[in-house]
Amino acid sequence: MKSGSNLEKVLAAGHFAVTAECGPPRGANPNKVLEKAEHVKGNVDACNVTDNQTSVVRMSSLAGCILVKESGTEPLLQMVVRDRNRIAIQSDLLGASALGVRNLLCLSGDHQKFGDDPQAKNVFDIDSIQLIYLAKMMRDEGIFPSGDKLEGAPKFYIGCAVNPFADPYEIRVARLKLKVDAGADFVQTQCIYNMDIFKQYMEDAKKQGLHERVKILAGVTPLKSAGMAKFMNRMVAGIDIPEDVIKRIADEPKEKQAAKGIEMCIEQIQEVKEMEGIAGAHVMAIEWEEKLNEIIGGAGLLPRPAVEQ
Amino acid sequence: MITGTPKPIEEIIEMLEPYDNIIVAGCFGCVTVCRVGGDKEVQILSSTVRLAREAAGKKIKIKEVCLERQCDPEYVELMRPYVEDYQAVLSIACGAGIQFMAEKFSVTPLLPGINTGFLGVTERQGEWAERCQGCGDCVLHLTGGICPVTRCAKSIFHGPCGGSVHGTCEVSKNVTCGWQLIIDRLKSLDQMENYAKLKPYKGWDKSRDGGPRRIIREDMI
Repeated sequence: MKSGSNLEKVLAAGHFAVTAECGPPRGANPNKVLEKAEHVKGNVDACNVTDNQTSVVRMSSLAGCILVKESGTEPLLQMVVRDRNRIAIQSDLLGASALGVRNLLCLSGDHQKFGDDPQAKNVFDIDSIQLIYLAKMMRDEGIFPSGDKLEGAPKFYIGCAVNPFADPYEIRVARLKLKVDAGADFVQTQCIYNMDIFKQYMEDAKKQGLHERVKILAGVTPLKSAGMAKFMNRMVAGIDIPEDVIKRIADEPKEKQAAKGIEMCIEQIQEVKEMEGIAGAHVMAIEWEEKLNEIIGGAGLLPRPAVEQ
Repeated sequence: MITGTPKPIEEIIEMLEPYDNIIVAGCFGCVTVCRVGGDKEVQILSSTVRLAREAAGKKIKIKEVCLERQCDPEYVELMRPYVEDYQAVLSIACGAGIQFMAEKFSVTPLLPGINTGFLGVTERQGEWAERCQGCGDCVLHLTGGICPVTRCAKSIFHGPCGGSVHGTCEVSKNVTCGWQLIIDRLKSLDQMENYAKLKPYKGWDKSRDGGPRRIIREDMI
């Protein structure tokens, strides 16, 4: 075991893994995290805690992780390279590991122009792929990037995100390969709605044997309404919702659209579960964590497997 | 070239408030090429300031000069014989030129008349775009001649990030994704093998993060 995390063990045992995410609050109230964590508990193998997503300032990811951990769910620390140089990154990784966080997701981070402080200076000292090999070097070789020996290596199951729907498509699998070469143990994908493109992506990844080198968790997000689908399709970079998907939810009367969204999400999890090379699902029920039990249970993925800790 | 934009005239008039006898100094270098700080701009700015001050009932005397370069000592020294006859110098050279004059003329206030922009190119008449951040460790031979540090909003070395859509950057529809450009060029050069390599952490110590930089060419000293 590289990290000994629950997620790593579940995947190593060959189970179909389930992760979800909690966005920390825009304030210092820990109860906001704990409320979300209650909805997550028992439904997942690990729960991502986002890191100032869309550059909107929130409680720190590490603090959120500790709260999630205390509430009884294994946390997964998201870390962006937008706000930290390599000194802060190394330090935060050591701190996170010391506090028992065992899963790490290495991300670039949305540009600061989307958030509260578009005039902020960004960092991008290293990029997300370099963060993967930095974390791997610290874990596996027990050294800092400088070459100095660590007094205790941080233990992380190292993950990354991929967006099969961003442009240009032709380097999407090549970039996944770079992340795998850098040392990623698992991948969580951007929300999938366009299954045709995703199937093609997986075929291309499999041709290079990537599905055997990295655990791929397919990302899904339940749609709450046709309005949300149209908004995401139009406004969120790298989200691709085909017309027939939008039509399916739009054809429902307004009051039944949320239920339809959940039904579609469940179907989608069941579909990806049957795909070769998909090791799990990452269910991003954005500000809708209370539906996780219904979705994951509906997909036949409950109870979550108990692996020896 | 080094590019720049004129400061708003209101800001300049406010800066000049304490003075009634100044030099407006242009530069025949980069700022002439990008039409923000040459002799023509010296004349226009001086006339504008004179008119504004006259209208405000507070006349100002202006000596108009344009140096070959404000960033070379031999040209800056040409102002030494008369610079102390004036209360201040309003320079419309780049930040380097303004500072160099300030260093040389210790008792004369130097005022910036432009906002210095970036190292860029003239894409078309009236439009300039950034190409280089002077980071001190060029990788253009590996990236198809397109700079990831400058052209990518996140300066990432393994791009593009997930925010690249139809060749544009997540920052704005008006910003081309630098990594899309790199990939297009690598493909046309048949150098996609460069894309597949992991790149080491960049040494930003060669960039401005190492403090103000200096180049010493022993062969020229």
